[in-house]
Amino acid sequence: MKLRIFVTLKPGVLDPQGRAIHKALDGLGFAGVNDVRAGKLIELDVADDMADAQVDEMCRKLLANTVIENFRVERA
Amino acid sequence: MKTAVIVFPGSNCDRDVAVALREVSGTAPTMVWHGDTTLPDGVDLVALPGGFSYGDYLRSGAIGARSPIMRAVIDAAERGVPVLGVCNGFQVLTEAGLLPGALMRNAGLDFVCRDVALTINNAQTAFTSRYAAGEKIIIPVAHHDGNYSADAETLDRLEGEGRVAFRYAEPVNGSARNVAGVLNAAGNVLGLMPHPERRIDGAAHGGVDGRRMFEGLLETVGA
Repeated sequence: MKLRIFVTLKPGVLDPQGRAIHKALDGLGFAGVNDVRAGKLIELDVADDMADAQVDEMCRKLLANTVIENFRVERA
Repeated sequence: MKTAVIVFPGSNCDRDVAVALREVSGTAPTMVWHGDTTLPDGVDLVALPGGFSYGDYLRSGAIGARSPIMRAVIDAAERGVPVLGVCNGFQVLTEAGLLPGALMRNAGLDFVCRDVALTINNAQTAFTSRYAAGEKIIIPVAHHDGNYSADAETLDRLEGEGRVAFRYAEPVNGSARNVAGVLNAAGNVLGLMPHPERRIDGAAHGGVDGRRMFEGLLETVGA
């Protein structure tokens, strides 16, 4: 089973990388970009019978730092 | 003083911190590989050095914090053994849950490598006994991810409990409330972005403000 884990900064956490990307887009002349937030996509190939609870635990213990990040799991 | 320095793949200040500990205590520390599972018996101080453990993959310090030796480091910290994490060591300590908050990319996005002024915010700790409260000291920084982040409630608690031991005298990397170094609740674990081990020799480093931290620790552990 393929999993896609989206790790994003929590709302309100300052994102210097997103800001720099935003500035670069402005510099390229793309108008109308209101905000940019950068995150990560982690793809996992796991056993078909892996329990949701285990996926959740992997995200909390390692893949995301829940002090500053949220995560969302998508099953392919 | 019996000391140990944890060496991760990608650590690059392990030798510097080992030299500082040897110079001050007169005894060379034991270098402990991240894959080991035990610390030397009766260790008085554990240091986690700066560098780029695991190439900063995933997040700075994230993989190092889950390496086998960290179980022993967490146990030692819980027993009250002083643990010092410098730079990447600080990142590892937050990722391991020994310290609150997280260290994010510098607000200006630049790698910052220069001497900075720090203010001693709490001189009543095992790490700061050789400093005076409010004193300004000079210690070098060299980091890309030193922007300390925690929610307002956590920051209020840290400040209220005197756990912000060191503050940048001026903004350096976007750190919340200019936090440069924080303690755990028991006061025996310190994470610090600046490098005290790079300021231990007046002739070579231009000052000894970092050496005083190690001298204070030596005095505290009474060895």
